[in-house]
Amino acid sequence: MGKKKEKTYISFTEEMQKDYTVLVPNMLPMHFTLIAKVFRNFGLRAELLETQGQHIKETGLKYVHNDTCYPAILVIGQFIDALQSGKYDPHKTALILFQTGGGCRASNYINLLRKALEKAGYGYVPVISMSLAGLEDHPGFHMGVKMVHRLMYAVLYGDLLMLLRNQCRPYELRRGESEKLALAWTDRLAKEMDAGAKISYKKVQENYRKIISDFEAIPRAEQKRVRVGVVGEIFVKYSPLGNNNLEDFLVKEGAEVTVPGLLDFCLYCVYNNMMDTEKLGRNKVQYPIWKTAYRFFTKKQNDLIEVIRECSDFDPPTPFAHTVSLIEGYIGIGAKMGEGWLLTAEMLELADKGIKNIVCTQPFGCLPNHICGKGMMRPIKERNPDINIVAIDYDAGATAVNQENRIKLMLANHSD
Amino acid sequence: MNYSLGIDIGSTTVKTVLTKDGTVVYEKYERHLSQVRAKALEMIEEIRPMIAGERFSVAFSGSAGLGLAEASGIPFVQEVFATGEVVKRMEPDTSAVIELGGEDAKIIFFDGGTDERMNGSCAGGTGAFIDQMATLLDLDADEMDRLSLEHMKIYPIASRCGVFAKTDIQPLLNQGAKKEDVAASIYQAVVNQTIAGLAQGRKIRGKVLFLGGPLYYCRGLRERFKETLGLSDEEAIFPEYARYAVAMGAAIYAEKTGYETEIDALTAKIRESLTAVVSNRLPSLFENREEYDLFHERHAKADVARRAIESYEGEAYLGIDCGSTTTKMVLLSRDKEILFSYYNSNRGNPVEIVREQLGIIYGLCGDRIRIVGSAVTGYGEELIKHAFGVDLGVVETIAHYTAAKYFLPEVDFILDIGGQDIKCFRIRNGAIDSSMLNEACSSGCGSFIETFARSMGYEIDEFACLGLFSPAPVNLGSRCTVFMNSSVKQSQRDGATVEDISAGLSVSVVKNAIYKVIRAGSADELGEHIVVQGGTFYNDAVLRSFELELGREVIRPAIAGLMGAYGAALYSMRLTNSTLLSSNELREFHHTSTAAICRGCTNHCHLTVNTFTGGKKFISGNQCQKGLGLEKAAEEIPNLHEFKRSYLTGLSSRQPKTVTRGTVGLPLSLGMYELLPLWHGIFSSLGFSVKISKMSSKQTYERGQFSIPSDTACYPAKIMHGHIEELVAEGVDAIFYPCLSYNIDEKHSDNHYNCPVVAYYSELLRGNMDSLSSVKFLYPYLNINSRRELCRGLLSALSELCPELSAKEIRRAVRRGFAQYGEYMASIRREGERSLAWARKNGRRIMILAGRPYHADAEIGHGIDKLATSLGFCVVSEDSVCHLAEPAPVRVLNQWTYHARLYRAARYASEHADTELVQLVSFGCGVDAITTDEVRSILEQNGKFYTQIKIDEITNLGAVRIRLRSLIGALEQ
Repeated sequence: MGKKKEKTYISFTEEMQKDYTVLVPNMLPMHFTLIAKVFRNFGLRAELLETQGQHIKETGLKYVHNDTCYPAILVIGQFIDALQSGKYDPHKTALILFQTGGGCRASNYINLLRKALEKAGYGYVPVISMSLAGLEDHPGFHMGVKMVHRLMYAVLYGDLLMLLRNQCRPYELRRGESEKLALAWTDRLAKEMDAGAKISYKKVQENYRKIISDFEAIPRAEQKRVRVGVVGEIFVKYSPLGNNNLEDFLVKEGAEVTVPGLLDFCLYCVYNNMMDTEKLGRNKVQYPIWKTAYRFFTKKQNDLIEVIRECSDFDPPTPFAHTVSLIEGYIGIGAKMGEGWLLTAEMLELADKGIKNIVCTQPFGCLPNHICGKGMMRPIKERNPDINIVAIDYDAGATAVNQENRIKLMLANHSD
Repeated sequence: MNYSLGIDIGSTTVKTVLTKDGTVVYEKYERHLSQVRAKALEMIEEIRPMIAGERFSVAFSGSAGLGLAEASGIPFVQEVFATGEVVKRMEPDTSAVIELGGEDAKIIFFDGGTDERMNGSCAGGTGAFIDQMATLLDLDADEMDRLSLEHMKIYPIASRCGVFAKTDIQPLLNQGAKKEDVAASIYQAVVNQTIAGLAQGRKIRGKVLFLGGPLYYCRGLRERFKETLGLSDEEAIFPEYARYAVAMGAAIYAEKTGYETEIDALTAKIRESLTAVVSNRLPSLFENREEYDLFHERHAKADVARRAIESYEGEAYLGIDCGSTTTKMVLLSRDKEILFSYYNSNRGNPVEIVREQLGIIYGLCGDRIRIVGSAVTGYGEELIKHAFGVDLGVVETIAHYTAAKYFLPEVDFILDIGGQDIKCFRIRNGAIDSSMLNEACSSGCGSFIETFARSMGYEIDEFACLGLFSPAPVNLGSRCTVFMNSSVKQSQRDGATVEDISAGLSVSVVKNAIYKVIRAGSADELGEHIVVQGGTFYNDAVLRSFELELGREVIRPAIAGLMGAYGAALYSMRLTNSTLLSSNELREFHHTSTAAICRGCTNHCHLTVNTFTGGKKFISGNQCQKGLGLEKAAEEIPNLHEFKRSYLTGLSSRQPKTVTRGTVGLPLSLGMYELLPLWHGIFSSLGFSVKISKMSSKQTYERGQFSIPSDTACYPAKIMHGHIEELVAEGVDAIFYPCLSYNIDEKHSDNHYNCPVVAYYSELLRGNMDSLSSVKFLYPYLNINSRRELCRGLLSALSELCPELSAKEIRRAVRRGFAQYGEYMASIRREGERSLAWARKNGRRIMILAGRPYHADAEIGHGIDKLATSLGFCVVSEDSVCHLAEPAPVRVLNQWTYHARLYRAARYASEHADTELVQLVSFGCGVDAITTDEVRSILEQNGKFYTQIKIDEITNLGAVRIRLRSLIGALEQ
């Protein structure tokens, strides 16, 4: 890895940091509001893209190879659409993208973005690669331990808010209250992050408690609803833009939605690096770092779970170590491209929690999902006969009517 | 009295069922021609006399019923669920239901846990597909059904998608295959699709209920299902109510909802929902009539001179364009005036059309006019050339350019949208610079609109006119036909009119052409002087959409549909004497075609033998020259793909001297295609007998197709199932296909991954193939870049199979394996260098037929390598030449071992004038969406042509031949 080669991209320099606006794509509204705040803490004039609508997809289709995965079409479409909107000075704007460096073509989004920018006449706009693997060099953006540490809290807060909102929303007596509360807390946490130079873990845990008790206080109906889990490719799983507002649709159909948290995906990336060493003997030098990170993150996750258990009846996230243990006998821990084994694990995790109805989302033609999603459904069903999984493809041309029809079939057939 | 009304509105039809105390008292089935609400109302009104004044239950079902139910607040039941209700009441001992609808296909299993499956976003193998195919055969559904019952043989046809099926069927028709056989083959394709796509390994047995319109109407289809599933008469149930099952289910469901209404309230509710808001529309094509008139006037100017044939005397030139769905003919005078022209559907039998028209031409010519030159172009070029003694065969691209130049000498871009292909070419310095064809997708083509027009009950001309003045065309996006069907469905649900849909389809066709086929970002990328042609551009709505989308005016010749024939005729003007069949010979002309199977090699190509007057033969359908008994010369030209195939299959004969440990099977597809020597070496050194699965064939695929869970995976992956079945049947002790996240690090890329499918396909095989339970399946995760780690991994993976294995043995085996692998790779490079030298010595062009190692496979590569050598190319592979070029700087993350070779091979081609690169891309390969653009840009930056061939289960070598000949044509200019 990391051979010397001609640099083919524009670096984000220290000078740029001073007056460039950095656009951040939006995958999960609450998480990314907080993530954008973290960037601001570190001197980046970060701004979260919140645009929606048909034209994003069309802009994407225009500048990206149409056979590329749908998330790339959307993310790139959203960026170019923003640059074209006139809202930003393209000469004073940079973009940021997350890059895992895995074997899935998603690692190439950033290059596709650069090509698209060139095609659209914005070849000069720098794109920052944000990656734990350190794939590129951007002097104006340094992802140090401190930033990672803060980002982790953004993710933890986001996961907690998403979890509580999802568990309250179908039962709330006053419509919209849970969503409103989640947004209010996002705002409040963002402000806190803006102000405080340091984050004290004590304060964080205090916040957890306050958030939980605020949600507890929402008046809710008793009657239980059908619980439906959503798993899949990370972007279409989370982004309403990518999944035609799947969560809203499910809630409207009378379901309680469970979506595994973003921290699991981060842990999955960390864990894979550990496994590369443990199982394949690769990258031994980095191993201690990953191991430490893993211990640290899982500790934080367990703390959060503990707090939820302690002060509420809400259903907490599953501890990562347990999630990992579930795949035994289904898929190998080495299947690490895209969502890899985590996708299988999340389906099993939901089943383990008693959530037997699952929507497995994927972009049309997603390679890892052939194996870890569709390829695992049969063995999962064989060993969990009461499970009810439907695979839904998302694509620029796929229509909501077909997707909804299939989800309705799943719901009509639901098992409690 | 308890009345209950079930209304099932599908993609093409409305079905109503009225029950009284649970007994059906009324049923009706009608096409709604997209007028969903109006039709539903009309059909409800018909029931009025029976239920006036009564309260009754009601429920909607069906994909188009969903919108209506939502808008009117009437209960809705998902259609599969509705079917379940019917089965419970009517045939409770059913073990499975197979239901085909307009665009849906479903299987419901009842025995051993209810399981319901619906087709995904792909509508292949459904009623719409059958309709589309009938249109292609120029038959109505009944005729097609009748003919199918008289079939003699079945051809392999892909039914995953109408598009692929067409590419299979068209050549069959053009080559003269019998309609009876083709019709039955289409049904068989539907059956295969249903079983492979939906059952996915779960066995269909016991009592099976067949429901839905297509299964009610098509006896041929029923026969195919029964035979394929091996069902007895008692087991296969085709009930009278097949068409109404969902509506019946909705009626049963309605009884349970407790929702009751009466007729006036019901119709009022539906009528109210008529005003539902309509979303996502486009601006109209024309502001007003005047704007249209101006537009019309401008285009009328691009015309050619015509002359009444009766008034002409002297020499004439004939051009024939035998296209995929239409045949075009033009007769020119010395002064390039059109004396005669013909444009029509070839009705699946182009030979007959040409014979008939040629007869007419001779009649008109009398003794005054003598045809001194003739040329033919298009799909049926070879066939027509042989049948009628046509002088010249012209590659399509050249024919079209010749014609376009006549209208606009400075033309720099030609876009031709025909029946089912889009061709476009750029022209630079008077020569064709690059050409693009739609490969696997025909959504931007004429037959697409035509099929839609017919399904809505219109003729194409009428349908196209409707769209011109639509106030708000629907936005259908730019994607595949299948998706387009559902977009149309959605717009129907939103209340779009036929006018809006017609206009929307025209816009889509254009968007598909520009953004999907040409992949232009803006109009300026196309060119300044654009000529558009092809039958589809007769449609003013399409032409207008194109101009609007580009924001500039273009030339559409008045003979837009005849351009190929016109160009061919112009091309033939270089001749002075013709070999065309004379008037007398034509009268004697007869043509028969029979099917045969080539025994030349294991490919067993389906041949069509055309016999003409005097026993003259023309054979088509062949993948290579062998079956034709013709020139042998092609075989001497080096072919790296052939070299690799024979090297790898040759390893079978290398077995250990003494077998001490049983037999290990290695499936020859995906990553095994390159690492076979490594694993073979390791296992034979350990004393295993190594069984390598045979070179793939269509049969290999069919053997394993029923356990494929994801039908959009690539063909090389899907064929893997067949290889596993073969090895299991051979009775091996274990099968080995390891999971390798990382491939060999060849030290010239950022990383060295395998693609996810190559890396982890074993996991999928394990989870989905029952047959693997009878054998040990070893798929350890290994690190092949460290011998120590590999030894460690293998030792633990093999511990169960041979517990006594020692570390020392493994080390020796790994050494031996790597030696064998190194030897193989070195021999590829040596052979590459030898081939290059040979080509240069003999003055041959070199083609790097680039892809992945597994594209060398006889079935996956469809013999394209042999086709290329028969056209005179010396064929090398990407891995045989990439060492001869420096790693190219690329603008993508260069992180896959196989793909890194592509970039270097492209660099090699760029550096050598005599070398061309043709990239093979498997349909569904996500990774190649990235590599193709990059390879293209490496080549084009260096002024080279980029040719991409998408391959799948399809075997349409005709289209590939045109591509490669166009390439040669372009090179020679």
